[in-house]
Formats: sequence, C-alpha cells, structure tokens
Amino acid sequence: MKKLIGRLMVSAIFFASAIMINDSQIELVLYAISYVIAGGYVVKKAVYNIKEGEVFDENFLMSLASIGAFLIGEAPEGVAVMLFYQLGEMFQSYAVGQSRKSISNLMDIRPDYANVLRDGDLVTISPEEARIGDIIQIKAGERVPLDSTVTEGSSMLDTSALTGESLPREVMVGSELLSGCINMSGLLKAEVTRPYSESTVNKILELVENASSRKSKSEKFITKFARYYTPIVVLVAVLLAVLPPLVIKDATFGEWIYRSLAFLVVSCPCALVISVPLSFFGGIGGASKNGILVKGSNFLEAMAKTEIVVFDKTGTLTKGVFKVRKIHSVTDEPGYLLKLAAYAENYSNHPISLSLKEAYGEEIDSHKISHVEEIPGHGISALVDNIKVLAGNDKLMEKFSIPFIKERSAGTMVHIAADGEYAGYILIADQTKEDAARAVKALKEQNIKDIVMLTGDSESAGAGTAGELGIDKYYARLLPGDKVEKVEELMSRKSEKGVLLFAGDGINDAPVLARADVGVAMGGLGSDAAIEAADVVIMTDEPSKIPAAINISKNTIKIAYQNIIFAISVKVLILILSTFGLTSLWAAVFADVGVAFLAVLNAMRALTYTPAPLS
Amino acid sequence: MKKTYKLKGLDCANCLAKMERKISRLKGVRNVTSNFFTEKMVIEADDILMPEIEEAAAKIIKKYEPQIVLEEA
Repeated sequence: MKKLIGRLMVSAIFFASAIMINDSQIELVLYAISYVIAGGYVVKKAVYNIKEGEVFDENFLMSLASIGAFLIGEAPEGVAVMLFYQLGEMFQSYAVGQSRKSISNLMDIRPDYANVLRDGDLVTISPEEARIGDIIQIKAGERVPLDSTVTEGSSMLDTSALTGESLPREVMVGSELLSGCINMSGLLKAEVTRPYSESTVNKILELVENASSRKSKSEKFITKFARYYTPIVVLVAVLLAVLPPLVIKDATFGEWIYRSLAFLVVSCPCALVISVPLSFFGGIGGASKNGILVKGSNFLEAMAKTEIVVFDKTGTLTKGVFKVRKIHSVTDEPGYLLKLAAYAENYSNHPISLSLKEAYGEEIDSHKISHVEEIPGHGISALVDNIKVLAGNDKLMEKFSIPFIKERSAGTMVHIAADGEYAGYILIADQTKEDAARAVKALKEQNIKDIVMLTGDSESAGAGTAGELGIDKYYARLLPGDKVEKVEELMSRKSEKGVLLFAGDGINDAPVLARADVGVAMGGLGSDAAIEAADVVIMTDEPSKIPAAINISKNTIKIAYQNIIFAISVKVLILILSTFGLTSLWAAVFADVGVAFLAVLNAMRALTYTPAPLS
Repeated sequence: MKKTYKLKGLDCANCLAKMERKISRLKGVRNVTSNFFTEKMVIEADDILMPEIEEAAAKIIKKYEPQIVLEEA
C-alpha cells in the first residue's frame, strides 16, 4: 500500500511538470515516464492475462483506454486515467480492508484457549481439545471457552456478544454457561457439557459465515449483470469508435475513438460486485450483533416482504410458565381455598397442579390426604382433613351436580367444592412475555397485513392471550399437524411476492418452521432440531426481535438498492455523456472509481445499523 | 468432501466471481461458494478427484490474483 502511494506521488510529480512545460517533445517524454510509473504494473498484468485467455479483464481495459488516449494524441488524459484508476483502487481496497476489519471484530467471539484442570493442575489448551466432563476455570475478564455448567463460584456474565442483550446475567453453581460470553467479575469453575464443535460460539460463527453462500436475489442479479455488462459495453465501444466516422459526414476517427475510450473506462462492474454482497453480509453481521442469526442472504432479503406473521403461542408470545393468576373464594377465604386445592392436587405432576403447589408455598402434610381419586378429563377427588374436596374443570362440577361460576377467561379454571358445596375457583394461566404486546404493535406499525396466533390450548386461553396482545386472528385447539395445515392455508392468502413468517420456540414446530417462507426459532440454541429447520434463530426469547429483524432486513435492502441504482445510473450517465462527447476521460474514470468507493462506504452502514428500541 | 480455503490478500470481488465460476466447472466439483469479505472459499467435490481439483483451483486463483496466499482453513 505504502509503495503504491509513493509510486503514485512520483508519477503525479512527473505529470504536473509535464503540464507546466511547453516543449511538446519533453512533455511527451514526461507523460510517458509518469504513465509507466503509475500504470506499468497494470499493463504488465493485462498482458499476462491475455496470454491466459482472459480478455475482458479490467487491467486490460484500463490499459487499452489509456494507451488509446496516447495514440490519438491525448497523452495527459491517458496518464490521468491510469492515475485516477490506481488512486480509486487504492481507496477501494482501503475501504474493503476497513470493512473486513469491522466484520472480523464483530465475529471476534471465538475463544482462543481454555484453562482445564487436569490432575489438580491448571493446563491451558485450545478449546477444541477439551472433552465433555472436563473442569474448566474462567477468570474475570475471560471469555467462556466452552458450553458448560458452573460447579464453583458465582459471577456476572456479559452475554451481549451472543444475544445483543446489554444487561449482564447472574450465574451461580448449576447455571448454564454459553461459550462466547465474557465472565465479568468472579472466578468460575465449570464442567464442560458440549465439545467445541457443537458449542454455541462455534455454531454461531458457522451460521454467519455460511450465510453468504445462500445468495439473495439482488446478489444473483448482480452476478448475472456483471457477466454480461463488460462484454456488452466493450462491444458498444468498438461500434462507437468505428461506425460514426464511416456513416456520419465530417466525423473523425480520433474524436469517436476518444469517446469510445470512456466506455472502456467504466466497463468494470466492480462497484456493484463488491458493494451489494457487502450490504447483505453487513446486514447479517449487524443482525447477529443484535442476537438475530440469519441463515442466508435470501432470508434476510425475504423478511422485508413479510405480509403475514404467524406466532405460536406457548413459549413464543407467552413464557410457557403456568401461574395462579386469580383466586375467587365464595366464602372470602382465598388462602383456605388455595390450601384445599394444593392438598387435593398434591400427588399430581401436571403443570397445573405444580403451579397450585407453588402458589401455596407451604409444606404439605401428606398424612392429611387420603382417598385420592383422579377422574380423567375432569379432575381430582380427595379427602383432605376429613373434608371431601373436588378440584377440577366445569365437567367435574357438572358431574357432581354442583352449581358453579362460569367465566370466560384466558387460562385454566380449577373449580373447588368442599363437601358438596361450591367453594370457588382458581384461575391458572400462562403469562405473556413483557415485550409481546410491543412486538405486535410494532408489527402493525410495519404494515404487516395479518398477525395470527396458533395454539394447541383451549379456545378461551387462545382468546384471552390474543385479546391481551391485540392480535386479531387466532386458531386454538390445534394439534402439531394442524399447525402445518393452518400455515399452508394462510400462505395461500398472501400475495405472490409476499412472505409468511412463522415464529415458534422450535420444540414442537420444526415442521411448521420448515414449511413457512421464513421460519424463526426463538430462545436461542436450545433445540438442535429447531436450528436445523429454522431460517432465522433468535438468541433471546424476546418476540420483539421479530419486528427488529424485519427492520434490519428493510434497511439492508434499502442500502443494496441504493448501491445498485447509484452505481448503474452513474455508469449510464457517463456512457451517455461520452457518446455525445460531453465528458473527458479523466472525469469518467474519476466518477467510476468514486462510485465504487462510496458504494462500499454505504454498504458498511448495513453492518452498523441498530434498529430503534420499541416503545 | 468439503474443504475450506483462506485466500489471503484477495483484492478483487469480480475476479473472485470469475474464479468461482471456473472452479465450479472443473470435473468432480459439486459446489463452490466463496466470501469476499472473510476471504474464504469452500469447495465441495468427489474425494478421489480432490487432489487434482485442489491443484487446478490453486492455478486458477493464482491466475486472477497472483498475490494471493492460499491456505487451508
């Protein structure tokens, strides 16, 4: 690089002195020296490539354009073409170097070493050499090298490199450590749970690096464009040099060759070939910085055209944790009602029973419980402290002809009767995630046509959650297979180019993830099947990352299109201007390399873009 | 068989596209993908033909960009 700068400066000095000198003989010699210093290397490369059978090579075209200028007596322009071309190349490769650096900084989550305890000694090894069951030690400030479980110590963990989450996470004995996170405070010892090749950090890096192999439509277009652009422009240049002087009266070869040389100068599609893929690669990198892993440029591109967003309910919009939400006691003794329910359900391991026991919170004296009978599909009957307790759903109450309060609500109602008398009900429901309503609102603001929720739960639970979150459409009581059918039905309703995005936690919905245009798995790298089937993986369990991902996608597409339109229109403009003899060669080369440089800078904005937080 | 190479010093994106195209036409090559920004190329090919393909690919790469240092990654 430094050598090149030096060369260009020396060449520029010769160039300047040639302009100032008035003797045309010396002038020409000075121009020639300047040219050889600046462009000798390019000409040499061009000659070499022609021998190899590569004609439409940019080195050759630049050489041809500049030597052509010399031959028709425009020596200064010939030198200027080479000088500017080299200068532009230099800027461009500087910009590319910068973007490579920012991308590798972004992906700098790879741990370099692991400190492993072997026979009581601390040994430093590479993470690849660690085995499952090894005890590793992580000091404050170090990166967690392998997925592991804490066996000693507690600390705060910076997970931002993986999740985009800026709040540190507390870890203690028994907590799971994900490789790639940084230990912020205490000393930790942990047992390795996965080999490096299957570790979180390795999976993320592989995902992001391989993402660019699935090309977007824009990239495919550019690749095609680049293949035909150069030969066509060169062919037109030849015609332009030869035809007008033969056809038009008074037209000279000198004049038209000069005009056609400008065509050669702008015949490299470099600006497009670099900047469009860079926009997508930057977008994928920027998304991963936000905890969103996109498995291909094509998916990043598709998300911008999302028309229908389908959410799975449990685990995606809701936390998937059942909690007692409401206690209604007929006799105004909620504590007593809860106690009866918890005792009656003591022997059951159903999530509902567990949530009752958790809400009760006190030790259960199992001696007080007898005659427990489970009535399938209804509930439980038990003798608690010599009181006959019935705990279950509507059907249980009806079965024993006990009048009860009927209410429609989001969740599961457990009715309780004591000695044949209705005592009240306890409402148990899953909780919606903090950001779920915000996510739905943001999607509506993004003009998503349809937001749909699917659930295997009851009609009332579905209606409740959908109402709470502002979702207009929901389908309840679906079996996993029904979800695929529903998604297919919804897909038939979108427009031809529209995209249906499905988001689920990935545990049961791998088939749906695979069927949707874009399948988004939430909750990170928990389920391998989900990562296999999904097109986008969200590292945190926040549904608000979906509108964020759509924003990143739209921003990336915008930048890619800007570059395509900008680069092509500048080239076309130069071509038109030079056809009519309205531009000089050096202006053409300056504009062309300038475009490439600016396009690369513009593409880098895709990497640094962070979607605004949702309100 | 899948092999990943690092193309150190890769400078020209258009050349990379040409290299990719040429290498993908070599006998026995199933798939070639490359990334200009990470300077990586992945060649997927038949096991038996891999040594020949490797040699031919290196030649093609050197032809377009002689300054590239090729490393197996």
